[in-house]
Amino acid sequence: MNSAFNPAYNPASGPAFKIEGLNAFYGPKQALKNVGIGIPQKSVTALIGPSGCGKSTFIRCLNRMNDLIPVFRLEGKILFDDTDIYSKEVDVIDIRRRIGMVFQKPNPFPKSIYENIAYGLRIQGINKRDVLDGTVEESLRKAALWDEVSDRLKEPALSLSGGQQQRLCIARAIAVEPEVMLFDEPCSALDPTATAKIEDLILELKKDYTVVIVTHNMQQAARVSTQTGFFLLGELIEFNGTDRIFTNPANKVTEEYITGRFG
Amino acid sequence: MAIFDEELAHLKEKILKMGLLVEGSIRDSIKSLVERDGELAREVIMRDHQINALDVEIDEEGIRLIALRQPKASDLRFIVTALKITSDLERMGDLAEDICERAIELNEEPQLKPYIDIPRMAEIAQGMLVDVLDAFIKKDTTAAYDIIKRDDEVDGLTVQIFNELLFFMIQDPRTVSRAIKITYIAKYLERIADHATNIAEMVLYMIEGKIIRHMTREDIERLEGN
Repeated sequence: MNSAFNPAYNPASGPAFKIEGLNAFYGPKQALKNVGIGIPQKSVTALIGPSGCGKSTFIRCLNRMNDLIPVFRLEGKILFDDTDIYSKEVDVIDIRRRIGMVFQKPNPFPKSIYENIAYGLRIQGINKRDVLDGTVEESLRKAALWDEVSDRLKEPALSLSGGQQQRLCIARAIAVEPEVMLFDEPCSALDPTATAKIEDLILELKKDYTVVIVTHNMQQAARVSTQTGFFLLGELIEFNGTDRIFTNPANKVTEEYITGRFG
Repeated sequence: MAIFDEELAHLKEKILKMGLLVEGSIRDSIKSLVERDGELAREVIMRDHQINALDVEIDEEGIRLIALRQPKASDLRFIVTALKITSDLERMGDLAEDICERAIELNEEPQLKPYIDIPRMAEIAQGMLVDVLDAFIKKDTTAAYDIIKRDDEVDGLTVQIFNELLFFMIQDPRTVSRAIKITYIAKYLERIADHATNIAEMVLYMIEGKIIRHMTREDIERLEGN
């Protein structure tokens, strides 16, 4: 059913996102060139490519993070749930709630562990103690952090280790019940043990969420994703099953990049 | 990574070295039979340990590269192919050794008949090995497909030799012991050709990423056409 979007690849699940003719610009500079892709739902899609290839620009388009950049301009369509997320009727705040994001550097609020997670609910007007307590616990459990922090929820989030802070950010994103989780280099500031925990978590998340992850670490893409997109100079060079990309990529340039013989 | 390229080249060299040793063993094993040279046969048996040592070295090197370099795509396929090829080469070496053992036994008795088909078979099997090593080095798919087809010729000769020897055995029971040993040799050569075919299949995997083992000949030919 996705063949129109992913010509070389037939994913197991239908698309959460359908992207057509996507061009992105920062002022005069074109960052994405005619990207067309279907991102399968409840599955992990990894985006790889050298620095400046457009993969971060691309993932930021998916929840309109680039709107905040004044010189940014976009052409083409991003359909999420068959709605163009860039159309005028769409509420950006709602889109960002449904499509959560975790960044390279953990960025907890300078509040308590508890309040970091309750925050998203409070701004939605939910203040009932038992509802908040329940969501905080459930979110922390889903983020595999509960056992480590359950006895110190009132402590500052910034007292946690880097890996714990990153899982807290994931818990915070989960708390508002998104449909998609976007990860932009979520482990690049973490040690291997913390990285392994986040990766396990990502594999767990794909049961309930559509996951898209941008990573510089190709082994990470290989470990966590079902399909991988390779970007180069703003173009999507290849989108294929991750096993295919790492054993027998269809495109020669992909081969050169993943075997380290690029450029 | 330049150092990784060097390591891969080194691994390739070792496989080539192992292949040439095996090829020499097959050639000498048949020579020892045809020329009734027991000394040469014993020498081939004595030097099989060199082939075994390379088998182990290549395995260790391939495993090391997988662990340390996390090879991907064509690099991964090359290393996996190297690891599998060595098993086939090692078995071919053992079969050459088996031929030598039968040759030593046969050389102690009067020659049953002039050897005609056995050297022909050996020549084809040896040619398959030489060419498959070449296809491996040059990444030549056409040559690899061609080797797979030549296996039929060897299989045909095996049947022919068996029928001929059966005739001898029926005619004169005193020939049975020798005829069986020659049949064994034909079977060893047939196995050697099978291993060369396995290697050709792995070479095709290495180049194209398609596993064609256990496919029917028709399916393989269809793939070749594409």
